[in-house]
Amino acid sequence: MIRLQQRAAAPRGFLVAMPVAAVVVTFVLTAGIVVAAGANPVDAYRQFLITPLQSQFSLLEVLVSMTPVLFTGLAVAFAFRAGYWNIGAEGQLLSGAIAAAWIGQHVEGVPRGLVIPAAVALGAVAGALWALTPALLRIRFGIDEVVTTLLLNPVALLLVSALLNGPWRDPVTKFPESPRIAASAELPQLVDRSRLHLGFALGLALALLLWFVTTRTATGVRLRAVGLSPRGARFARIPVERTLLLAALVSGAIAGLAGVSEVMGIQYRLTEGISPGYGYTGVVVATLGGLSMIGAAVAAFFLGLVNVGAGTASRVLDVPSQLGEIITASLLLVAVALILFRRYRLVWR
Amino acid sequence: MPAADTAVGGGPGNGAAVALRGIVKRFGDTVANDGVDFTLAPGTIHALLGENGAGKTTLMRVLYGLTAADEGEIRVDGARADIRAPRDAIRHGIGMVTQHFSLVEPMTVAENVMLGAEGGFRLDAAAARARVQDASERAGITVHPDARVGALSVGERQRVEIVKALSRDARVLILDEPTAVLVPQQIELLFEALRRLREQGLAVVFISHKLREVTAISDEVTVLRRGQVAGVARTSDVDERELARMMIGRPTMGVQRDAVHAGGEPVLRVDGLEAEDSRGLPAVRGVSFEVRAGEILGVAGVSGNGQTELAEVLSGLREASGGSVQVDGEPGRIPEDRRASVVGELSVAYNLVLEQLDEFRRGPMLDERAIRRRADELIERFDIRARPNDAVQGLSGGNMQKVLLARVLAREPRALVVSQPTQGLDVGATEYVRSQLLAQRERGAGILLISEDLEELLALSDRLVVMYEGELVGEFGAAEVDVAEVGALMAGLRR
Repeated sequence: MIRLQQRAAAPRGFLVAMPVAAVVVTFVLTAGIVVAAGANPVDAYRQFLITPLQSQFSLLEVLVSMTPVLFTGLAVAFAFRAGYWNIGAEGQLLSGAIAAAWIGQHVEGVPRGLVIPAAVALGAVAGALWALTPALLRIRFGIDEVVTTLLLNPVALLLVSALLNGPWRDPVTKFPESPRIAASAELPQLVDRSRLHLGFALGLALALLLWFVTTRTATGVRLRAVGLSPRGARFARIPVERTLLLAALVSGAIAGLAGVSEVMGIQYRLTEGISPGYGYTGVVVATLGGLSMIGAAVAAFFLGLVNVGAGTASRVLDVPSQLGEIITASLLLVAVALILFRRYRLVWR
Repeated sequence: MPAADTAVGGGPGNGAAVALRGIVKRFGDTVANDGVDFTLAPGTIHALLGENGAGKTTLMRVLYGLTAADEGEIRVDGARADIRAPRDAIRHGIGMVTQHFSLVEPMTVAENVMLGAEGGFRLDAAAARARVQDASERAGITVHPDARVGALSVGERQRVEIVKALSRDARVLILDEPTAVLVPQQIELLFEALRRLREQGLAVVFISHKLREVTAISDEVTVLRRGQVAGVARTSDVDERELARMMIGRPTMGVQRDAVHAGGEPVLRVDGLEAEDSRGLPAVRGVSFEVRAGEILGVAGVSGNGQTELAEVLSGLREASGGSVQVDGEPGRIPEDRRASVVGELSVAYNLVLEQLDEFRRGPMLDERAIRRRADELIERFDIRARPNDAVQGLSGGNMQKVLLARVLAREPRALVVSQPTQGLDVGATEYVRSQLLAQRERGAGILLISEDLEELLALSDRLVVMYEGELVGEFGAAEVDVAEVGALMAGLRR
C-alpha cells in the first residue's frame, strides 16, 4: 500500500527537481495523445519547451506572456501568506483595467512621465478598492472571503461589459471596446520592435520588493505569523485584523496593476477579453511558487514559456492547437500534484 | 508460533496479553523509541511512566496502529501480530483512549459507538444502545446511550471513549494521560472503573507522568526515559522517590516559596470585572482583586468556572463586558493553551522576539543577527533544549513553555498573568517553571497564578482565592489555608 508521510522539511533541490519531474511525468502521460495527433512526441516537446528559448523574438514573447500572471501570482501569494484567501484577483485586475482605460482617455497631451505614475497609482487604488469590501466583511463579521472575493469577479466583468456596450463603446468601429488610449498613456517598449513593455520591468521590481518585504522585514514575519497561526499571532500582540486588511488591500492593488499593465502595455484599450482568467491563473502561479515571491516569478516564467510553446508547437508540427492546450493543462495538473512532495513523501508498506 | 518471550523485570513474560519487542521509532533525527520492550499481562494495570517526550505515547500509538514502528515486533497472546491500523488493533482486542478524543459531537453516545463498528451494512441502533449499556455496566460507569456527546463534559466524554473501546470487546485498554482532564473526584471514579475492569481480566495500560497516580492505581510499572526503558518493576516493590529517580535520572526536590510575602504596591487591580464566554454567556461575574508587587495570588477552581475567560481578558485576548482592569505596565502572560499561543511553524528565534519585532530592526530590515544573539542568550538562560532555527512545533511541551516563559520574563514585567503553567509538563519542567515564577516574585513582580493544581497553588501562592461559576467565593492567606474548605468552595458546596 502507498501512503503519504509528512516530511520534516522540504527536500533539498526541490525547486530544481520539481519542474523537471513535472515535464517528464507530463511527457509520459501525454505521449500517446501526441502520437495519435500524428506528431513525434520528442519533437513536440522540443517545440514546446526549448524552441521558445532559442530565438530572441519568442523569448521576449515568453516575457510578455508571463507579465500579467506575474502580477496576479504575486497578488495571490502575498494574500495567501497572511492566510487571506483572495480568489478575487480577476475582479481586482478588471477594476485596475477600468481605471487605466479611464485615465488613458483623459490625458491627451499630458506628458508620459506624469501619466504613467498616475495610472499605476490609480490602478492600484482601484484594485485595492475592489478588494476592500470582502476584507471588511471577513474582519468584522467573519464572512468567508473565498466566496465573496470569488463572487465579485463576475460582477467586475459585467461592469466592464456595461461600460463597453454603453458609454465607452468605440465611436468609430462600434465594437464593444473602449477608445484607444492617448499615446502618452502607452507604456514604453523595453526592446525595439517587440511587445515587451515597461509593465514587465515593473512586475519584476515588484517581485523583488515583495520578496524583501516578506522575508526581510518585521511586517513580513508578522504576515507569516498571522497566516500560520492567528491565535499565536494575536497572543504575541500582533494586530491580526489590521494585518489581514493590509494583506487584502496590497493583494488587490497588485492585481489591479495587472489590469493597468495589460491595458496600457498590450491592448491600449479596454476589451471584454482583456483577461482570459489571469486572476485565476494567479492562484496556480502562487501555488506553484510555494507562496514565495521569487517562486511566483519563476512559476510565471514557466507558464509564459508553456503558453508560447503551445502556440509554436501546433503551428510548426501542424497539429490541432487544442493539443497544446491539453499538454499545458496536463502540465499544470501534474505540477500542482507534485507540489505535494514538498511536504510529503510516499512510503510503500 | 511459540510463546518464547523471556520475562522482563517484574512482568510475567509467558501468557502475556501483549508484548512489544525492540520497538524503534524515529521522527527525523529524534529517536522517540529506542529498542523498547514492554510486556503486559492480563488482569493487571500497567503504568507507563515517563517525562514528556520520553516516548510513552509513541510506544502506545505503535501498539494501536496509529504509528508504524521502524523496527521491532508486536506479539499478542504469544503470536506475532501485524498491526498497521487501529482496525487491526481492535481486531486483536486492543482499545485506546487518546488524549484528544475522537468523538463526533453532534451525535449521541450510541451513534458514536456504532461508528466504525465492524459489521454489516444495516445499522442496528437498538443493539448499539444495548452494547453501551452492557459496557458501562461492566466498567461501573454511567454513560447514557442517548446523550449527545457535544453536551457532555470532558470527563464524561472520556467515559464514552472507554465504553466505546469496551463495546468492541477490548481485552487491552490503553489510556493516554487520562487524568489530565479530570478533577480529583472524577479521578477516583476512573480508578474504580479501572479496578473493576482488572477484576474482569482486562489488561490496562495507564500512561502518566504523575507519580502519585501511578503508585495509587498500577500493579506494574514500566519507566521510559528518552525513548529507552529505564526500569520495570512491581509497583508495590518501589516507592515514589525511586520511580522519580528512574524517570528523570536525578532526585526530585519540591519547589516551594519561602516565607509568605505581604506584597508591596498593587501592580494589577481588577474591579467588578465582567466577561462573557465564546457563546455569549456570562463567565466572569463581578470579580475584584489586587495583586501586589512581590506576591503570588493563586486562583483555585475547577476548570470551566471562568478562569480561562478571566485570563483572556487580562491577557488582552477577550473584551471585558464590564468593570475595570489597571495594570502597572504591560502584563507578562503565560497562556493556558501554549501550543495555540506560539506560531508553531516559525522558528524558536522568531517566536522569542515575536512580541518585540520592532526592537530588532536596522532601518527597514529585521536585524537577523541581533535576533539570533537574543535567541542564543535566552536559550542558554532558560535552558531551552532547541536550536534557534528549529520550528517551535517540534518542541516538547516543556520546551515550548520555556520559549513562552523566556519571551515574557526577558521583559521583566511588573505584573504577570499565569495560566496553568505546568499542566501536562513533566517533573523536571514543572520544577523549572515553578522556580522561575518564584524568582520573578523575588524580583518584585506581582503574579496572578491561575491553576487547577491545588498542590501547585499551595506551594507557590502567598494568598489564594477560589473561583466558582465566575465569582470569587473565598480568600485565604497562605498561612491559614484549610484545604478541605478550599475543596468545598471549589465544588460549590459553600457560598
